Amino acid sequence: MLEAINLEVSYGGIAAVKGISFAVEEGEMVALIGANGAGKTSTLKALARLLPARGTIRFLGEELAALPSHGLIGRGMALVPEGRGVFARLSVAENLAMGAYSRRDHAAISADLERVHELLPRLLERRTQLAGTLSGGEQQMLALGRALMGRPRLLLLDEPSMGLAPLMVHKVFETIGAVAATGVTILLVEQNAKLALESASRGYVMEGGRITLADSAGNLLADRRVREAYLGE
Amino acid sequence: MDTFVQQIINGLTLGSIYALVALGYTMVYGILGLINFAHGEVVMIGALTALAVIKPLAGAGLPWPLAVLAGVAAAIAACMALGFVIERVAYRPLRNAPRLAPLITAIGVSMVLQQLAMIIWGRNYHSFPQLLPATPRAIGGAQITDLQIMIVAVAILMMAGLALLVNRTRLGRAMRATAENPQIAGLMGVDANHIVSLTFVIGSALAAVAGVMVSANYGIAHYNMGFILGLKAFTAAVLGGIGNLTGAMLGGILLGLIEALGAGYIGDLTGGFLGSDYQDVFAFFVLIVVLIFRPSGLMGEKVSERA
Ligand SMILES: Nc1ncnc2c1ncn2[C@@H]1O[C@H](COP(=O)(O)OP(=O)(O)OP(=O)(O)O)[C@@H](O)[C@H]1O
Ligand SMILES: [Mg+2]
Repeated sequence: MLEAINLEVSYGGIAAVKGISFAVEEGEMVALIGANGAGKTSTLKALARLLPARGTIRFLGEELAALPSHGLIGRGMALVPEGRGVFARLSVAENLAMGAYSRRDHAAISADLERVHELLPRLLERRTQLAGTLSGGEQQMLALGRALMGRPRLLLLDEPSMGLAPLMVHKVFETIGAVAATGVTILLVEQNAKLALESASRGYVMEGGRITLADSAGNLLADRRVREAYLGE
Repeated sequence: MDTFVQQIINGLTLGSIYALVALGYTMVYGILGLINFAHGEVVMIGALTALAVIKPLAGAGLPWPLAVLAGVAAAIAACMALGFVIERVAYRPLRNAPRLAPLITAIGVSMVLQQLAMIIWGRNYHSFPQLLPATPRAIGGAQITDLQIMIVAVAILMMAGLALLVNRTRLGRAMRATAENPQIAGLMGVDANHIVSLTFVIGSALAAVAGVMVSANYGIAHYNMGFILGLKAFTAAVLGGIGNLTGAMLGGILLGLIEALGAGYIGDLTGGFLGSDYQDVFAFFVLIVVLIFRPSGLMGEKVSERA
């Protein structure tokens, strides 16, 4: 579904992503883990065309090189960015409506809104509240719900657990699992390696802008290097 | 008492015009963080275009209301096109440049438009025809003209329309989202360039109407009229809290009232030492006082954002 070949990102001459290649198949959940500054966010931003990048990105058979960022959601790719990026001065309902901005199928949008409310009931309770006044966990839920309103086929998630209390992290991951179960393909970036690898079927480990390990989630969880570096053992 | 009511009426009229122009400044600032100093010139082009259409049409025997409507429509169309082109040519290439660059360009565009208007319309003051019968109506010991009623009513209608567009439509939602975070709005499928163009075009349409209003109100139009008016409207936008639509409306009305009341009473207040020609100073003085106590303007208060 998604394929990156020799992807490179640099900031003013300093390379952050140094020629990585990976793939995500339809229906999988793939984890991309790594320490702070490894280049995970840069990778996702390059995929979402928010950053200029070298190399090839192919999504559903189409090269993304010539496509602007705002053309992606229409093709089925959505990004939940690091730090959520909800529209603070828009209400919860308006944020969700923005998620469906690219769509015109009004009946299906209403149905999806109901589904998102079922999945994330808190959003229904808070629908008139300004998103900027939501708690961090609620904002994460909103960012996720908003992305779902675009009916993505591929969901890119950047650190959904960041800054959340354990109980909330648990809830967020439960929701992600439920989304995956509906057939949405997911590329999950996480620092919480254990949680990510327990949810995903495959994983990549990124270090210093390179992919150093690629394996099934089970094998990575059992890998000595992963356990020492990311699971604190 | 007559002076007071009269100055309130004059102030509301003037304030409505300031508010329409101030909205253009504040909308562009809200989306791009840019002060479009050429906006006052768009007002001027609006006034002169209307004049250029109304005169010959009326001269050719078209009924007066039709000629006026055609003039206003032409002014709106011309200004919308102008706003679109200004953004495309002067600002878009500098979207990622340091903040000073578009500011200097804005001043350049302003000068180019003034010179252009001078070449087309000359340096003379043109008398602007009376759009509505000037018979005053008595109200509370003061007088109000049909034109003043019309100016306030049209301004209110336009502002209500804008508020509806921005707060209640899909497009308005996209505008607010883009103003807050263009990259994220882009991920939702919003083409930020469309939104920016649209913002310029809407602001310019308001400016066109304001241009016709101000010229009709004073009975005069000339190539240089946009400068002070633009500065005042910008002041109004800052007074209300730049980037905030309600603030621009409030700031405009307030500035009009302050100016009119100031002009009406400044002579009495200073024992005749300062005349009504000091009204501009009065307006800017109030701005400074407000900014000292509320640096972000009257409405420039952001909702608290939690990480
Ligand atoms: N806008 C930027 N300008 C310059 N350097 C940047 C910029 N954004 C990221 N970098 C650098 O690129 C490298 C990779 O950053 P990136 O945000 O992709 O890491 P990450 O793996 O997402 O880290 P974290 O887990 O902390 O979010 C880092 O060294 C970072 O300092
Ligand atoms: Mg990151």
